[in-house]
Amino acid sequence: MRRASWFNITSLTLGFAFLYLPMVLLVIYSFNSSKLVTVWAGFSTKWYGELLQNDAFLNAALVTLKVAVVSSTLATVLGTMAAYILVRGGRFAGRTLFSGMIYAPLVMPEVITGLSLLLLFIGIGLDRGTLTIVLAHTTFSMCYVSVVVSSRLVTFDRSLEEAALDLGCSPFDAFRLVTLPIIAPAVISGWLLAFTLSLDDLVIASFTTGPSSTTLPIKIWSAVRLGVSPEINALSTIMIGIVTFGVIAASLISKRKAVKAQRDVRAAERAVT
Amino acid sequence: MSQPVFAPWDDPNEKPLIRFDDVTKRFGDFVAIDNLSLSIYESEFFALLGPSGCGKTTMMRMLAGFENPSAGKIELAGKNIAGVPPNKRAVNMMFQSYALFPHLSIWENIAFGLKRGDMTKADIAVRVEEMLKLTRLTKFAKRKPHQISGGQRQRVALARALAKAPKLLLLDEPLGALDKKLRQDTQFELMDIQESTGTTFVIVTHDQEEAMTVASRVAVMDEGQIIQVATPDRIYEAPNSVYVADFIGDVNIISGTVKAAGDEMYHLDWVANEAPLLAASDRTFSESQPAHLAIRPEKIAISVDKPTEMKNAVQGTVLDIAYLGNLSTYHVQLGGGQVIKAQTANTRRLSRRTITWEDSVWISWSATAGVLLER
Repeated sequence: MRRASWFNITSLTLGFAFLYLPMVLLVIYSFNSSKLVTVWAGFSTKWYGELLQNDAFLNAALVTLKVAVVSSTLATVLGTMAAYILVRGGRFAGRTLFSGMIYAPLVMPEVITGLSLLLLFIGIGLDRGTLTIVLAHTTFSMCYVSVVVSSRLVTFDRSLEEAALDLGCSPFDAFRLVTLPIIAPAVISGWLLAFTLSLDDLVIASFTTGPSSTTLPIKIWSAVRLGVSPEINALSTIMIGIVTFGVIAASLISKRKAVKAQRDVRAAERAVT
Repeated sequence: MSQPVFAPWDDPNEKPLIRFDDVTKRFGDFVAIDNLSLSIYESEFFALLGPSGCGKTTMMRMLAGFENPSAGKIELAGKNIAGVPPNKRAVNMMFQSYALFPHLSIWENIAFGLKRGDMTKADIAVRVEEMLKLTRLTKFAKRKPHQISGGQRQRVALARALAKAPKLLLLDEPLGALDKKLRQDTQFELMDIQESTGTTFVIVTHDQEEAMTVASRVAVMDEGQIIQVATPDRIYEAPNSVYVADFIGDVNIISGTVKAAGDEMYHLDWVANEAPLLAASDRTFSESQPAHLAIRPEKIAISVDKPTEMKNAVQGTVLDIAYLGNLSTYHVQLGGGQVIKAQTANTRRLSRRTITWEDSVWISWSATAGVLLER
């Protein structure tokens, strides 16, 4: 192994400081007992307690969670269907156009997506609220799901589906019993991606939200405009905690799976020889 | 008492299980199958043999129901099956890649097709056990496909395809992924299973040795057409064209023009300053018709002295000797520049080789050793 040079150590430190220093500061100040955000006055967890009393925040968190679950589920269904047709549908007129169009929201500025959705909802007379946010989030996260799922489908051995048909499956059964279980990891990661996108979206949500349904990012954004409070630091710390937990859990699970697969392969090799 | 010979194709009263009737398959402008007719009989082990792109896989996919003919009829047991989807056909297929379901155990893979029908759970279990036993996989029932070896995977694929007791089993290059030694063992296993189940097998392969080993009849294909259908020995000893002779095994082709030389005998003029070659043929040729004489290397003898009793003898020099262990192949260059391969079996372990490089030798063969072909 090469020895770490001073240059490497410095660039590593700078890089990670750049990434994590703001978050570390935020976490530290969430345990500050002073109401002033920039003055340290000793350790306290009182802001967490106050946060739990704050109905507005809790309500916003609940709305966000609802929107995220429903929209990511819808996006996963629609995105998987779109990916399946685009990869498996063979050549039909306008296929290239369609597959290009499905990826357009990836590069479209969020402001434009949000604005156009707002105009649509006003145009068809849909009252803005939780439903409109769900629809908006489904629209823009669907293409992410479709990208993830279609990249898996491209490498999927088509003869597996043909074997299922050959053994007596209807095309829908072949999808349900063979294709879906095999591409499930991609579908799940598509769902997770859509979920996190919906969770932290501010721009599109603020275009399509109504007075009754405020999501957490909107709530935080509007609260901060009145001044940063330690309560928001506490809330942000909780969110960082949840995300960190999720990432660590996911990587542990996949690591354990990889180890198990390796063990299986070794066991098989032993059985053969 | 001798066993009756299995040859339903010679019996005019026998009804074929599969009948291709003037079938054409086009993909856009490309003609994959060109107005082809073919009959395959029950309990046959039928091989479709040809280079890649000859249409053999398309034939198989049409039988399985993944493709439909552009024109013509395909009949299975007397019924036209064009347009019937693959899940409604009494035909099962063993895929080249095996296509085992990676998320299911071996047991569940074999049971997969049975569960699609209206069999009871108990019946399914009995049938799966039976298939596991037939393919010697009982020990591995609980394993996943990635936990077994390539040869075992091949047997799972076979068991899964046979489990539904199809009228017809299609095998797409079934042994392509196995190494040579395992492939040879598996060929005999396949033949045993085919015989014991009595299922009609249609195998697609580009490996002529494999086709010759397993099949009751072989169809040699080229560019969407069948060139010859016959038993392996007929294909080898009586090819109907230079293409078939050349595709199956090693062959020497000598081209010239024919002159009649009596009862089913012809003389072939091949080079200016050599005597014409004598060849027997049950095919009739007109005077001065261009023809090709196909002779297998093992039918040509090689000697230092001029043989006296052989009808055809030509002098040449040894260009190359290939020692293959059981056989030796001599490449002999004739006066006209043509190179002829002659093969001798090394039946003795220790023998002094009397013929070596640059030696002047005689090669000779009888009048019936070769086949005279029009094209």
